[in-house]
Amino acid sequence: MKLLVCISKAPDTTSKISFTENNTKFNEAGVQYIINPYDEWYALVRALELKETLGGTVTTITVGKADNEPTIRKALAIGADDAVRIDAEASDALAVAKQIADYVKNNSYDIIFCGKETIDYNGSQVGGMIAELLDLSYVSLASKLEVNGNTATLERDIQGGKEVVETNIPFVVSCAKGMAEARIPNMRGIMAARTKPLQVLPGSEAPKLTEIVAYSLLPEKAGCKFIDAENPGELFQLLHNEAKVI
Amino acid sequence: MKALKGGEFLIKKTLPEQVFIPEEFDEEQKMIAETCQSFLEQEVFPNLDRIDALEEGLMPSLLDKAGELGLLGISIPEEYGGFGKDFITGMLANEKLGAGHSFAVAQAAHNGIGTLPILYFGNEEQKKKYIPKLASGALKASYCLTEPGAGSDANSGKTKATLSSDGKHWILNGQKMWITNAGFADIFTVFAKIDNDENLSAFIVEKSYGGIELNPEEKKMGIKGSSTRQVFFTNCQIPVENLLGQRQEGFKIALYILNIGRIKLAGAALGGAKEAINQSIKYAVEREQFGRIIGKYGAIKYKLAEQAIRTFALDSALYRCSSSVQNAIKEEIENGKNKQEASLTGIKEYAVEAAILKIFGSEVLDYVVDEAVQIYGGMGYSAEGPVERAYRDSRINRIFEGTNEINRMLIVDMLLKKAMKGELDLLTPAMAVTKELMSIPDFSSTENTTLSEEKKVLANFKKAILMTAGAAAQKLMANLAKEQEIIMNISDMIIDLYVSESVLLRTEKLIAKNGEQAYQEQIAIAKVFIYDAADRIAKAGKDAINSFAEGDEQRMMLMGLKRFTKINSINAKEYRRSISDKLMQNTKFCF
Repeated sequence: MKLLVCISKAPDTTSKISFTENNTKFNEAGVQYIINPYDEWYALVRALELKETLGGTVTTITVGKADNEPTIRKALAIGADDAVRIDAEASDALAVAKQIADYVKNNSYDIIFCGKETIDYNGSQVGGMIAELLDLSYVSLASKLEVNGNTATLERDIQGGKEVVETNIPFVVSCAKGMAEARIPNMRGIMAARTKPLQVLPGSEAPKLTEIVAYSLLPEKAGCKFIDAENPGELFQLLHNEAKVI
Repeated sequence: MKALKGGEFLIKKTLPEQVFIPEEFDEEQKMIAETCQSFLEQEVFPNLDRIDALEEGLMPSLLDKAGELGLLGISIPEEYGGFGKDFITGMLANEKLGAGHSFAVAQAAHNGIGTLPILYFGNEEQKKKYIPKLASGALKASYCLTEPGAGSDANSGKTKATLSSDGKHWILNGQKMWITNAGFADIFTVFAKIDNDENLSAFIVEKSYGGIELNPEEKKMGIKGSSTRQVFFTNCQIPVENLLGQRQEGFKIALYILNIGRIKLAGAALGGAKEAINQSIKYAVEREQFGRIIGKYGAIKYKLAEQAIRTFALDSALYRCSSSVQNAIKEEIENGKNKQEASLTGIKEYAVEAAILKIFGSEVLDYVVDEAVQIYGGMGYSAEGPVERAYRDSRINRIFEGTNEINRMLIVDMLLKKAMKGELDLLTPAMAVTKELMSIPDFSSTENTTLSEEKKVLANFKKAILMTAGAAAQKLMANLAKEQEIIMNISDMIIDLYVSESVLLRTEKLIAKNGEQAYQEQIAIAKVFIYDAADRIAKAGKDAINSFAEGDEQRMMLMGLKRFTKINSINAKEYRRSISDKLMQNTKFCF
């Protein structure tokens, strides 16, 4: 099987988030990047497991500039066979999906894996867009994936239960928690990563339909206000006038 | 410029470009460090209580898992089943795993004192037989040197080996104590005297040989999850080919291995210190008292900053020394030595620096965990909180791998021996200092940069030490060894010099790379550390001088000491505040 895993970088969850240029740019200074956990723990590891049982290859694809390479090398250390980096700005979800779809058009794959979302922008859009651009079926937020011949059976967690979906290969899947267990790259993998192929391809023309106008941080948590139990009227007034929730 | 030899930091200048700094780790080294960190987070940290309860089979299974990831074979040559990584990479992994409490001790004992005697002193058959299995974790190792009556005086051990009448076995009898990993080890490297030899010999003993009995687990203050037991050998039959190295070479082996153990202990202490700082910062920005987070109070800011200053200093000195060792190993290999011999020579060359790091590393960790408990307050004293264990686990580091007192003695002893052998010329610079004492001080300053004052003071620290140590050696001659208090003073001065210089070199190198603006806090660290070191050196020097000098000589030396430890005043409070503010902004150790 030829498996393709979409890998994106994301700031480490302990990173200090701040913005520059009048709150229009994310401040990357001092930010430590990791592989987006949904891409790593669920998409990549499940792809590797399938390769180990069914044979085949696992390729990763990343849209972005050279500063993505440490995270790409880590994906190779975890066990991907080779990697592709499309040398283009990951300006929005459609731009990323278009680059990946264009690459897949020239290099067919059986399953295209995405994480269910990146932990920075939480767009959850790229997988669906790739499927649409390639006219493939798409299963989002899958927590289980089994392949049997030409068919795949997937499970999705839905409100109060599970949904079991079947689709034919090829298809696109976005992976949620439960799909696989995180793997720690071992020494052999880390050393092999250096020599595994990392192909850098120029980006194709991609539309940029959205623009980020401004970022803001959540307001700091305000202190706790105590209201006398004998005075429910004051509570009502505060909830109505100050918190504006009723 | 040629790299400095061991001990030469005392008399020569090092340039920033000659040292390796932790900011220079490459992508692969960072990935290895991440793997170590992930391993601790997934396998060790969630299980600390179970580990400390010595749950049957848990520690060996953790070592197995570390082995599967390749973490037990990082620095072992590829021909023996390892990954052949260099000294600095091995040190980085050792640092990261060092935060793993009892697991760190088990891992270090297996990888270090357990595996290295065979790797460095074993013959080809011994290495082929044991090293690949030790590198994978299939065999687990321990090191049996200490005996009830032979601790710091290791060569006085009573364990005996005699050749069997058929000449096929060594028959081993004796008792060993404080043996790390004893409970599950498959391989014991045992030190014993053959017949009435003066010196120890070393043997590779497999558990399966029989004649080995263990006492119950020792009840300890800390590292409770590390298996520590007495080991009794009763007519244990060791095949003759399992003598390690030459007869009577055991003590030499033990000392070599301890040299490596010392610098590695500093690395593990660094990992533990960084973890304890992270815990401290996390609590300081969460815990509120009097309506504000406690990190906003100056008393807490001081503690966070001081934890970070000392840890940054340790980090700087550790990798400076590691790169010295690594470069020496490389040079020895280029001179035609094999890897093992080259490693031994490289490590031995920097034995003084290794002793400095052992002392400084274990004392930094003790300071950091102590203040971590204080920052946590009542929760720090509770076994439910995260820092109580760190506090208890830290304490052993000042005791094992040679107590800090033995190591302080060794620093002065080794330096004087190097001088007597003509390897280190202490006399010429010491005489130059004496001459300088008679002359009028030079107040002209040629340089005026951010760290020029510190650079000048550092050169003076060397003079202060040469003056004090030179006079002590001259006055007391052979009696110096008996004046341990003076040796402690001189050692303390030397430790402060090496560490101060390491901090300064690292900061200078950073500035040279990316400019001052990016490293304001590192500059603050360098300034505060060296400012404090000046006072410490002055105090230690004064105590030493006052104990052996009198009259005019005493007055002149005290004046000299004052001159050589003089440093411009700084606002240490503001510098510390800037350091702790940065730590809290990042909510982790970020230097």
